[in-house]
Amino acid sequence: MAHKRREMLVDPLVDNNPITLQVLGICSALAVTSSLQVSFVMALAVTLVTAFSSMFISMIRNHIPGSIRIIVQMVIIASLVILVDQVLKAYAFEISKTLSVFVGLIITNCIVMGRAEAFAMKNPPLDSFIDGVGNGLGYGLILMLVGVIRELFGSGSLFGITILETVNNGGWYVPNGLLLLPPSAFFIIGLIIWAFRTWKPGQVEEREYKIQVVEAH
Amino acid sequence: MEELLSLAVKAIFVENLALSFFLGMCTFIAVSKKISTAIGLGISVMIVQTITVPANNLILTYLLAPGALAWAGFSDVDLTFLGLISYIGVIAALVQILEMVLDKYFPPLYNALGVFLPLITVNCAILGGSLFMVERSYDLAESVTYGVSSGFGWALAITAMAGVREKLKYSDIPDGLQGLGITFITAGLMALAFMSFSGVKL
Repeated sequence: MAHKRREMLVDPLVDNNPITLQVLGICSALAVTSSLQVSFVMALAVTLVTAFSSMFISMIRNHIPGSIRIIVQMVIIASLVILVDQVLKAYAFEISKTLSVFVGLIITNCIVMGRAEAFAMKNPPLDSFIDGVGNGLGYGLILMLVGVIRELFGSGSLFGITILETVNNGGWYVPNGLLLLPPSAFFIIGLIIWAFRTWKPGQVEEREYKIQVVEAH
Repeated sequence: MEELLSLAVKAIFVENLALSFFLGMCTFIAVSKKISTAIGLGISVMIVQTITVPANNLILTYLLAPGALAWAGFSDVDLTFLGLISYIGVIAALVQILEMVLDKYFPPLYNALGVFLPLITVNCAILGGSLFMVERSYDLAESVTYGVSSGFGWALAITAMAGVREKLKYSDIPDGLQGLGITFITAGLMALAFMSFSGVKL
C-alpha cells in the first residue's frame, strides 16, 4: 500500500505529468512564467489548492448528487482559493500584488478540477490528497523549468538576482526579448515535451499516417 | 452602434481570448484534433459566453457593486469581494444546464464533447471574459456585444487551429514532437501571427 502511494506521488512528475501528458492547466503556465519568483509562489498555491480540494471533495464524494457535482466542486475550490488569496495578502503582500489576477485564475485551473473529476470522486481522502500533491508538484516542475529558462535568458537574472549582466547595465549579455513575450512559453513547453518524450519513448503518440519508404529500382 | 461594432471587431481579432490572452488553452489544445468537434466546442463556448457575461454584468450592477443594494435599503454595502465566487457560480450553473440540454436533445454532440463539457466551467476564457467585463466596466449593451464577439473569436481560433492540425497529421514530424509537442509550437506560431493585430487601433 505504501509503495502504491509513493507511486501516486512520483508518477505525475514525469511519467504522467499534468501539463505535458494530460494537457491540463496550461493557461497559467503561459501567463505567470516570465519571472521565477512568481512561478514559485504560483506552483506552491496550486499544489496546496489541488491537494486540499481533492481531499475535501473525496470526503464528501458519496453525498454529492451527480447532477450538481460541478457546482459543489467549484464552491470547495473557490473557497480554498479565497483562503490562499487572504493568506498571501496577510503574509506576502508584495507577491500577492504581482499575482493578483492569477490567484483568482487558480479557480479555473483545469488541474484542480480535472483531478477532482478524474480521481477524487472515486478514491478515499488520503489517496486523493497524495494524488493532488503529486499533480501539483508535476505542474510546479514544468512551471519552474519554463520560469528558469524565460527569466535567465529573457532578463539575465534568477529570482531577481542578476546572473548574466545585460548590455543595458554595462555587461555583455544581450537579453532575448522574445522570451518575455507570452508566445515563447508555447515554444519552451513544446520543446520540454520533446525532451521528455525522447527520454521516455513510451509517451510518444501513435502516428495516424506513416510515410512509406519507396524502394529504389 | 459604431462603438459596439468596433468593440466586437476588437474582441474578435485584436484581443482574441485564445491567442492574445492565452485563456482557455487546455481545451484549445486538447479538443482541436478534428474540425467538426472544434466547431461544436467553439459554438458551446460562444453560447455560454453570450449568456454568462451579461448575467454577471447584471449581478455586478444590481447586487455586488458599492451602493448597488440601495434598492433594498442597504446603500453603503460593498459586496465586490464576493465577485469571484458569484461569477463562477453563475458559470457552473449555466454549464450544468447546457450539459443536461445537450444530453437530452443533441446526444451526438454530447458524446463528442465528452469530458470537456464539464471542463468548460474551468475554461479560463469564460471566467476571463467576465473578469474583463468587470475590469473595463462595460454596461449591459457592451457586455452582450463583448460576450458574443469574444466567444466568436475563441471559436474562430480553435477552428483555425483544428484546420492546421488536420493537415499537420500527414506531415513527417520527429517522434518526440508527434501530437502535443508540435501542437504547442503551432499554437506559438499562430499567437505570433495574431500579435500583428495588436497594432490595429479602432
